[in-house]
Amino acid sequence: MIDGLKAAVLVFLVAILEVSVFADVRILGGVPDLLLVTIVAVALLRGSVMGACAGFFGGLIVDTATLETLGLSSLLLTLIGYWVGRYGETTGRDRTHAPFLSVAVVTFLYALGGLALRFVLGEPAPARHILLETLFQDIALNLLLTLPVYVIAKRLLPPPPPSRVREGAPALG
Amino acid sequence: MVVLVLVSLALLTVYFRESSGGGLHSLQSTGASVLRPFETAANRVAQPFRDAAGWLGGLNTTRDENKKLQKENEKLTAELSRFGSVQEENRDLRAITHYLGGPSLPRDYIALPTAILSQPPGQFDQRVVVGVGRNNGVRPNDPVVSPNGFLVGVTTTVGAGTANVRLITDETSAVSVADAKSGAWGILRHNDPGSAIIVDNVPKSAVVNEGDKLVTAGWKSGPLTSVFPRGIPVGTATGVSQTDIDPFKQIEVKLLADLGSLRSMIVLVKKPGVK
Repeated sequence: MIDGLKAAVLVFLVAILEVSVFADVRILGGVPDLLLVTIVAVALLRGSVMGACAGFFGGLIVDTATLETLGLSSLLLTLIGYWVGRYGETTGRDRTHAPFLSVAVVTFLYALGGLALRFVLGEPAPARHILLETLFQDIALNLLLTLPVYVIAKRLLPPPPPSRVREGAPALG
Repeated sequence: MVVLVLVSLALLTVYFRESSGGGLHSLQSTGASVLRPFETAANRVAQPFRDAAGWLGGLNTTRDENKKLQKENEKLTAELSRFGSVQEENRDLRAITHYLGGPSLPRDYIALPTAILSQPPGQFDQRVVVGVGRNNGVRPNDPVVSPNGFLVGVTTTVGAGTANVRLITDETSAVSVADAKSGAWGILRHNDPGSAIIVDNVPKSAVVNEGDKLVTAGWKSGPLTSVFPRGIPVGTATGVSQTDIDPFKQIEVKLLADLGSLRSMIVLVKKPGVK
């Protein structure tokens, strides 16, 4: 319960920071996505259910604050939160590279999913710009954010005691 | 997870299908107003860091820019003295001919200066959210300019205390512009975020030269009028080309407003009674 509250406050603050500060930061054409990295960290530390909830809540705040299509970011971030959470519960458990690998992969999938959804909704979907001109910079910037964000998230949401880990799904490899 | 995905899909579907005055839009507008103080606080905290980054970034270019601005200042002072007499002559001629123009700046508009509160994360949208809305008299399709009066965009979704501004660099934006010198018309577009901003639909017979200033055309056709009043400075033509097979000129434009460094904007709201 307390963990859920802490995660909610963290995601709320990060979502506000994302739309008012970080969305404006452009480095070599790339834009860091602090919210995406935070959701990956929460999902890896607390599993798929918390990851999906964090994604939904964060997406809802972003869509509300920016007056954009409600549900669009929520849908993508919920799926990402769940998927990374499952990875953390199974294959990625205790692996130091898991946050970095997850961030790199979901940055790509988030861009791809965003393009596909916008295309379906008839909104601008500049595929060449997103996938060829800025994707690598976005991934690099998100990877730079991964370590500090993961460390802070781990302090706020420390890993569950070993007994709880054992109850989870078995590690696959 | 399935429940959250279904809720997201339901939100997406209902929001997409309902009108701008629908329940979800109203709820979103209220939510945006609730989040506004947090965004303002985040912006205030970030401001010193932005200023420091801007100061450091500007160190390299300051000397060159200073020389350039001194030259430009001399040129503009000379032009200003010439325009003084031209403006007076224009006023007299308008009075003699009982000329009826469209809404003009700044006489027929109320300027609402406002801060940029937020913008969508990622590379998809060229939009920002500003801190004025329906309660301040803002409506969809109100023109938005930078603090020094250059065209920035137009309002789209308007909430109670916030409004979404579509920038002129957005893929879906199109602005009728005219060459301030020759009067040649065209449509300013930015078809691809990675490419240059262009003016197309300018006939080959029209005269547009490199360095010409472009302003909003402010057309009127029967009951239809452009959302932008005539004469808002937009940009400078940086390249003019034409080919044998294309019926129109291709004009590349450098915008006057530096959209990347804007922290505030001015929303122009028509005064009551002005058509």
